[in-house]
Amino acid sequence: MSNATRRNDVWITGIGLVSSLGANADEHVARLFSGGPAVRPALDESRYAPYPIHPLAPLDFSSQIPKKSDQRQMELWQRIGVHAAGLALSDAGIAGNADLLDRTHLVVAAGSGERDTKVDCEVLDKLGPRDDAALLAKEVLPSALRPTLFLAQLSNMLAGNISIVHNVTGSSRTFMGEEMAGLAAMENAFRRIQAAQADVILVGGALNAEREDLLLGYEIGHNLWRGPFRQVWERRGDGGGFIPGSVGAFIVLESSAHARARCAKAYAKISAIETDRTSREPGETVLHALTQLLSRIWSDIPDGPLLTFSGASGTEPATSEELLFLSRLASLDHETAIRAFGSAVGHGVEAHFPMGIALAALALKHGTALAPTEPSEIERPFSAAIERVLVTGVGHWRGEGLALIEAIQ
Amino acid sequence: MGSRMLDQKGRPVVVVTGIGLVTSLGVGADLCWSRLTAGHSGVKPITRFPTDGLRSTIAGTVDDFDITPTSAYDLSMAMAEAAASEAIVQARIGSVSRFPGPLIVATPPSELEWPHLDRLHDHDPGGDLTGYQRILANARTGLFADLAKHVRFAAIADRLQERFGTQGEPLSICTACASGATAIQIGLESIRRGDADAALCVGTDATVHPEGLIRFSLLSALSTANEDPKKASRPFSKRRDGFVMAEGAGALVLESYDAAKARGAKILAVVRGCGEKADDYHRTRSSPDGAAMIASIRRALADAGVSPEEIDYVNAHGTSTPENDKMEYLSLHAVLGEHLARTPISSCKSMIGHTLIAAGSVEAVLSVLTLNTGVLPPTINYDEPDPDLPLDVVPNTSRTARVSTVLSNSFGFGGQNVCAVFSGEPA
Repeated sequence: MSNATRRNDVWITGIGLVSSLGANADEHVARLFSGGPAVRPALDESRYAPYPIHPLAPLDFSSQIPKKSDQRQMELWQRIGVHAAGLALSDAGIAGNADLLDRTHLVVAAGSGERDTKVDCEVLDKLGPRDDAALLAKEVLPSALRPTLFLAQLSNMLAGNISIVHNVTGSSRTFMGEEMAGLAAMENAFRRIQAAQADVILVGGALNAEREDLLLGYEIGHNLWRGPFRQVWERRGDGGGFIPGSVGAFIVLESSAHARARCAKAYAKISAIETDRTSREPGETVLHALTQLLSRIWSDIPDGPLLTFSGASGTEPATSEELLFLSRLASLDHETAIRAFGSAVGHGVEAHFPMGIALAALALKHGTALAPTEPSEIERPFSAAIERVLVTGVGHWRGEGLALIEAIQ
Repeated sequence: MGSRMLDQKGRPVVVVTGIGLVTSLGVGADLCWSRLTAGHSGVKPITRFPTDGLRSTIAGTVDDFDITPTSAYDLSMAMAEAAASEAIVQARIGSVSRFPGPLIVATPPSELEWPHLDRLHDHDPGGDLTGYQRILANARTGLFADLAKHVRFAAIADRLQERFGTQGEPLSICTACASGATAIQIGLESIRRGDADAALCVGTDATVHPEGLIRFSLLSALSTANEDPKKASRPFSKRRDGFVMAEGAGALVLESYDAAKARGAKILAVVRGCGEKADDYHRTRSSPDGAAMIASIRRALADAGVSPEEIDYVNAHGTSTPENDKMEYLSLHAVLGEHLARTPISSCKSMIGHTLIAAGSVEAVLSVLTLNTGVLPPTINYDEPDPDLPLDVVPNTSRTARVSTVLSNSFGFGGQNVCAVFSGEPA
């Protein structure tokens, strides 16, 4: 049911990005959007073998989290997120503006906090002969757990730390559900601004890929790629799987009127975000879901070049089914191109969709598509002027989404 | 459709047409309500696992579901399903397996528990692997795929969506102990935007397990009054010493007034408004001046278009920790002023314990029941009032009263503050 009331334009006025490719948005622009050759992904293939991961680029957390006491109370995923959130606030010209921070809402896509794997192993070793989990957990944990850190296992503590460190206090909501967390966070922020339920929202997520407990959670479901690195589309023939990447991606969304009133610069506008969750049955359900979502955005795809930033994770059969959808787009009478940004930065799970939207905004601002990330028929060169970028978000297990990011005329 | 029912701000009026409840007092809203208004306590010694050496050995566990082996996921799921089913049946909305709106679930932490890790560690993968390398090698065998549901935050919402046929992407949310209220707020906003005509808002939590207890114990958050469990949760009383962990689920069917009327549904209550404000003071404590709590109450009243004097009853967050109850009093006093002395305020946590993620949902259901029955649930164990918190807590026995408008408070770690205002059906 569509609402008859007027819809506000939703602008992107701040971007904070950290990943294996760089410590801020500028470093990502230099690597991805400067017209150079395809980026070489930063990888660590040995530390967690057989699982390759994209490790976080070196960065100085103190620049965004000045107090050591704050840093100590956070796990790495939180530091990544708080850092990226701070970059986005600075970029938007909101950092340090107490009045504005008081009105800035916070929407975070988060997973579980990090377990202390050393403590886990200590407990499990002692458990072996005794088969008395409860008793041993009691003997070991009370001395081994640090209250401040196990609190960090609460999903909303990334948001809590962003409030504490950056004083964002308008409100605070955390969405979970793996990739669906990112879809939900972006959609919730977008729709609230569109409907004038909020003026300015800091939204995003973070993932620390360098964790055995994270790998365990996804290996139980056989969702990870094992063995030497391959780009997203090239994993299809061998069962697929995702390669986690450490990522922090935060965006400031703002109604155009609010941004104009404070003379904020804007990268691009979000014209649509549509999401769904289909039961992944055999038979191209992802193709059908994405096709349905696209029809909600456009009854007819407008003229002009169309660039798609695919958030494909590499897991199968979702990635192959998404590729069917993208191939149909590519067969249209437009100049089209596809880029799987996961080939460059890895899969950011909760943060992946926000990352895709941030990259789309940067591409629109700099007028360049990233170079094809792999030498295949799928990612073709693209030199047209970019007016719009379609971002896909297909969860490894559940969740489908599309975002349309367009240049502000 | 003819003229639309809009609130004073021109937004669609949103109503409650179905409620469902599971608490330590029983399964089903009517059963819980009859025991709650009789002043019964669901807090008891934990029998699900050995508790030797734990500082707190009591909880408001839900033992009505036959789940073996038990886990936070499985019990949270069973309770959520029971509560949601009850709410949908009462609302008579949609058809079997097709609910005409989105699902919003306040969902508990999703993590492997010790028995799961033990299984993963116990298996011999061959070779000389230890620790997580051994666990990961075992995971690669595919023998433990059944454990995936415990580490997928989307899993509870996913199964609820399969069961009830809700529309669109289901939302799984966490704002700590305010989560249940946030689920309602998100449903309210969605209907106000016109994105949906109905929403299924559920909160569920079953994390009474050893590590859960140890974590909260290390924060000194739990009551250690183990010797007399039913007397342990003592909100607003002088000798309150912490909260009692509890399990439960609450579900509400929200609908636009117009949609509910159009299909002849019975309206249980109006969701007048919600307000939220984040606190940047501390990870577990609220700002000593109560600024964020105060702002969340004020925003809820403003969103509802309700003056402080119109609040007839407050369903308190009232956890029974020294800190929460003091700050909640201070904040209510700041907003309601003199009116607070005339306003009854009770904490159902005195009877059912603190259902954590689910608390906002459970207490919203109880707020609706208060409006429907005109009975104020008591704050039990109020034997020794805290002189610093002069409140009418509906001490120890329930009371009848004319109640038109209720304020329900929810506060959580991480600076989360969410308040909701409910009223009876508009004339």
